[in-house]
Amino acid sequence: MITDRSLGRRVFIAGNFTFLFLISFLCLMPIMHILAISFSSGAAAAAGKVSLWPVDFTTAAYDNVFGKPEYLRAFWVSIQRVLLGTALSMALMIVTAYPLSKDPRQFRLRTFYAWVFVFTILFSGGLIPTYLTVKNLGMIDTLWALVLPTAIPVFNVILLLNFYRNLPKELEESSRIDGAGHFKTLWKIYVPLSLPALATTGLFTVVGHWNSWFDGMLYMNHTENYPLQTFLQTVIIKMDFRFIKAEQAELMVKLSDRTSRAAQIFVAAFPILIVYPFLQRFFIKGIVMGSVKE
Amino acid sequence: MRVYYSDVEIFEPLSEQTFPLTARLQLNIEVNGMNGLTRIWKREWPLHFMLIPGLFLVLLFSYVPMAGIIMAFQKYVPNKGLFGSPFIGMKNFQLLIDYPDIGRIFFNTMFIAVMKIAAGLFVPITIAILLNELRREWIKRTFQTLVYLPHFMSWVLLSGILVDILSPSSGIFNQVLGWFGVKPIFFLGSNDWFPYVMVASDVWKEFGFGTIVYLAALTSINPSLYEAAAMDGAGRIKQTFYVTLPGMMPIIVLMLTLNIGNVLNAGFEQIFNLYSPPVYESADIIDTFVYRMGVQQAQFGFATAVGLLKSIVSFLFVSLSYVLAYRLANYRIF
Repeated sequence: MITDRSLGRRVFIAGNFTFLFLISFLCLMPIMHILAISFSSGAAAAAGKVSLWPVDFTTAAYDNVFGKPEYLRAFWVSIQRVLLGTALSMALMIVTAYPLSKDPRQFRLRTFYAWVFVFTILFSGGLIPTYLTVKNLGMIDTLWALVLPTAIPVFNVILLLNFYRNLPKELEESSRIDGAGHFKTLWKIYVPLSLPALATTGLFTVVGHWNSWFDGMLYMNHTENYPLQTFLQTVIIKMDFRFIKAEQAELMVKLSDRTSRAAQIFVAAFPILIVYPFLQRFFIKGIVMGSVKE
Repeated sequence: MRVYYSDVEIFEPLSEQTFPLTARLQLNIEVNGMNGLTRIWKREWPLHFMLIPGLFLVLLFSYVPMAGIIMAFQKYVPNKGLFGSPFIGMKNFQLLIDYPDIGRIFFNTMFIAVMKIAAGLFVPITIAILLNELRREWIKRTFQTLVYLPHFMSWVLLSGILVDILSPSSGIFNQVLGWFGVKPIFFLGSNDWFPYVMVASDVWKEFGFGTIVYLAALTSINPSLYEAAAMDGAGRIKQTFYVTLPGMMPIIVLMLTLNIGNVLNAGFEQIFNLYSPPVYESADIIDTFVYRMGVQQAQFGFATAVGLLKSIVSFLFVSLSYVLAYRLANYRIF
């Protein structure tokens, strides 16, 4: 590459760096602001004195949040749905993508089955019929309502099947010659080789379950079954006290003042903040793989 | 000993030239003592078996609700169910057409969605090109990691943050505007501002993530093209327009066509968490309307009819986008 050290070029490099620095700061700033508020005193926060650094440092908001069984129970529901939902989705994805990755000559109905799955992306029954289906299955107020309707992530299945298809055919053939059946080939050849793709889709499933709130609001009638994000939706955003019994009302007011709101937001965001930078190597590979195919 | 068709295929001792198909089938039947279908089943049953759980769930949670669409043609009464409720023909759709706000709701949906698609294409491409100009790998990676942080947070948390930041009384954004002598603006409570705040905050959440795909496309452009352009006297800016952008064109076309399917998805999760009755005029979209009608007011038949209309139009747009992506960018779903 020809290096250019002219004045214009240097001004551009400095300007570009500054611009991108500001853009990055803009993405980080809101979180820092929330963090600063959560560690500030209620009075300073209410007066709008806090910007990016805590004023009158205190952990009272966190004591308040962690001392409340409602918040901790919602946290626990979220952990349960992440664990169960991710395990289920990953298992389903692995076994569903394998037959669909076969050539139609090896698996005659493959194209038909693939369309059965893809059609669900193109068309849906809509909110109300889906809600009534879940309700008629008796899953309202159970963990299953949060896990089963989205258990088969069709987009991820497509991503994984395209990954399977790019694996060398010879590996499968040699394992078949050695006498391994489809199940063994899948488990011993395909799964170990597709770990980067599985890590990517796994991360997205975890984040998806952790962030999901609408299904909790739709399918849960009792607040004690709410996952964390749904709980926060009612407490922080809608400040909805309809479901709250009289003796809890005082607690809810406490939980919805500015510093406590900030602390709850930060605690809910924290698991994602620590996980995502470490997995970025995997998922960049995975996303690019899934969207740009040969 | 059993000789399967697949085994024959691997070793290929019996090619089409030496043995015609009928002869090969004949051979298989003689060896295995089975007819063709049984043999195929013997070979393929594990593949069918593996699909059972996935198919079961898709049938239950995607296809059964599709059958529930007939509610759109019923006066649905919850305790009578799908089979007991009376049919009323197209009355729900008539109601929909007569509904005073329906035009505005469709307009809001498309207005917000189209702006999001346009901005969601332009911003990530620009940022990707600028990021690619950074020479130090670790600086590039740090910036990249920071810009897609918001993508991983839910709209519940981001809405909580936005409500706080944009608050006209104590929000930091209005404080900063105050330094420049701007009076506090109630961004989330004003019909003039609301749709644009939705677009800006959506771009803010998603642009970093969008840059990933474009950066990958950028790094795959052959460096000798830049050298050749430089030899021909093209400066940096000309290189960007005549080498970089054409090199990214296939992926830009692909992303644009795939986004056509989203023209009716204005972002339910975002708007639902940020809107309030005073801004319904500019903020109400199809999905929020369906939710209020169906879940809050229990007008199941009517809400399903609105949802069905959206599903049909979306289906057409998504199909169109896949056909275009296939034609223009040779993209195939599977």
